[in-house]
Amino acid sequence: MNLNAVGIVYRKEFTEWVRDRRTLISTVLVPLFLFPLMMVGFSALAVVMVGKAEKETPKIMILGGEDSPQLIASIKKLDSLEIVPYAANWKDEISNKDIRAAVEIPKGFEKSLETGQSETVKIYFYDGEMKSSFGANRLEKFLKDYRDTVVKDRLAAKNLPASVLSPFAIKQENVAPPEKVSGATFGSFIGYTVIILCMTGAMYPAIDLTAGEKERGTMETILSSPISRMDLVLGKFLLVFSASLATAILSVISMGTSFAILGHTNLMNSSGGQTLALNLGLLSVVSVFVMALPLAFLFSAVLMTIALFAKSYKEAQSYLTPMTFVIVIPAVASIMPGVELTPKLALIPVLNTSLVCKEIISGTYHWNSIALIFASTCVYAAAALFLAFKTFQRESVLFRS
Amino acid sequence: MIEARGLSKHFQDKKRGEIRAVDNVSFRCEPGRIYGLLGANGAGKTTTLRILATILEPTDGTALVCGYDVVEQPQKVRANVGFLSTATALYPRLTAQELVEYFGRLNGLDEATLKKRIDEIFNRLDMNGFRDRRCDKLSTGMKQKTSIARTLVHDPPVMIFDEPTLGLDIMTARTITTFIRECRGRGKTVIFSTHIMSEVEKLCDVIGIIHDGKLLTEGTLAQLRERYAEQDLEEIFVKVVGTLQSKAEA
Repeated sequence: MNLNAVGIVYRKEFTEWVRDRRTLISTVLVPLFLFPLMMVGFSALAVVMVGKAEKETPKIMILGGEDSPQLIASIKKLDSLEIVPYAANWKDEISNKDIRAAVEIPKGFEKSLETGQSETVKIYFYDGEMKSSFGANRLEKFLKDYRDTVVKDRLAAKNLPASVLSPFAIKQENVAPPEKVSGATFGSFIGYTVIILCMTGAMYPAIDLTAGEKERGTMETILSSPISRMDLVLGKFLLVFSASLATAILSVISMGTSFAILGHTNLMNSSGGQTLALNLGLLSVVSVFVMALPLAFLFSAVLMTIALFAKSYKEAQSYLTPMTFVIVIPAVASIMPGVELTPKLALIPVLNTSLVCKEIISGTYHWNSIALIFASTCVYAAAALFLAFKTFQRESVLFRS
Repeated sequence: MIEARGLSKHFQDKKRGEIRAVDNVSFRCEPGRIYGLLGANGAGKTTTLRILATILEPTDGTALVCGYDVVEQPQKVRANVGFLSTATALYPRLTAQELVEYFGRLNGLDEATLKKRIDEIFNRLDMNGFRDRRCDKLSTGMKQKTSIARTLVHDPPVMIFDEPTLGLDIMTARTITTFIRECRGRGKTVIFSTHIMSEVEKLCDVIGIIHDGKLLTEGTLAQLRERYAEQDLEEIFVKVVGTLQSKAEA
């Protein structure tokens, strides 16, 4: 191996790479702007949309209740609801979003209350439709308050305190540190995204340096130079690997920045009202990056080997598209609830890295698993690079016509 | 000096079975001489030249280029060869100078020698006007000059040209043929393949006619004229190839 020759090829490939708009987009722009767009953009959009929906006074229809004038009057007094006259096609009106919900008061409701009989008040709404849910929730809250008032009145009539119904209170409280909470929430997503971006970062340079070179007719030019094929493959591979790493680094930086912005602006709140600021400590960032290294190595070698079989850029793209699924499926599997890192799963490439990233981000470091995953991915990567060397020796692949 | 000794190259084709692209070809090219490999499309010219440039490995036989064996010492062979064909394109995103520098460095030239060589070649080929222009922005003529500069940068003693004028306009083709003559003038061993008879008549000191992977005959133009009792090279070619085809049909 001649390192000087490898360096010459690498420098030349780097010069061409930075001058290629397509690869720059996939390597630099996508990771740099994907996270801010996805995290800050979507979160801000969600906040705006939810705020807008909450500000709306939902239109509500009352079904029945003619013999329960007090309840009807109380509902009509509410400023937070707009009562619309009864219409027979109220179900269609909910489905068509003309009204947000309907409340059905059973016949003889108030009389039943007086006699102590239990009745069911039904709320009809459009499940999955945010504004309809808000309307139904407001109705439910009002009815619960109304029910509590009735209970209080009954207890008062019998000279009993309100606490008789709730002798003790129940409260859930989180004890995990904030980074573990946010890590458990976003860990899988981050691992998955870094892996996918490692692959997309490697994909276009891998095609450009192999099938692209065949298509442009420069393969024969370079093969006629005195450089050995091994040095040539290594120079090319290092560029693809660099592109993949650049994408991984940029995506981690971009991810950290996006979460810092989110934490700062309090755009993302948990149900408890606490901000889910993702504290990506330096150790987590460095660890995710270190775990992504052998995977980027593996992707670069595999993508280069596959793309080399193609005669043209387009053909290579069609070969690598199924490859994307092969990588996406284990990455997605890691997001599934209940999928945890086990010694067996630690040997499955992509899935293992995705799972370990999830743990790292939530602050859990199982060093044995980390070592096993790093080592196994390194072995796969070395085998893939060996395969790339062998493929570059094959005339039937290089001069496929 | 090039010496091909029983070169053969076989390919496997799913439909046609084994194809003998080059079949036991032997010839010799001397320094300061141009050897023309004349043949129709698919005759085996490109494969032969690719073997000599060590881009392909022979199935059988071997060749010596400047005393180096194409099978045993391919890197040393390539360091002594300048290979130019219509298939040897340029890197579109490099400038003409960057491209020539790249190949100079791959050939082991130090920076001072490289700079001197590039200045010399760019002046000789009148390339200074576009040395900093990207290859994808060059005209066909400029591209050919850049390709020539690439093959010359390490000053190789052997030049291999595979149908270098194919598809070029008259002026650009003329640049190439002039360059080939210059190579002979500088004492280089030159081999080039073509199917254009006029080019062979004008340039070649020795002519080899290749068909179906076999070298059917070789000699100077005068020797071929005498051997086949024809003045016109095209008639000689038809006679040589026709004889083989008649034998094959019989």
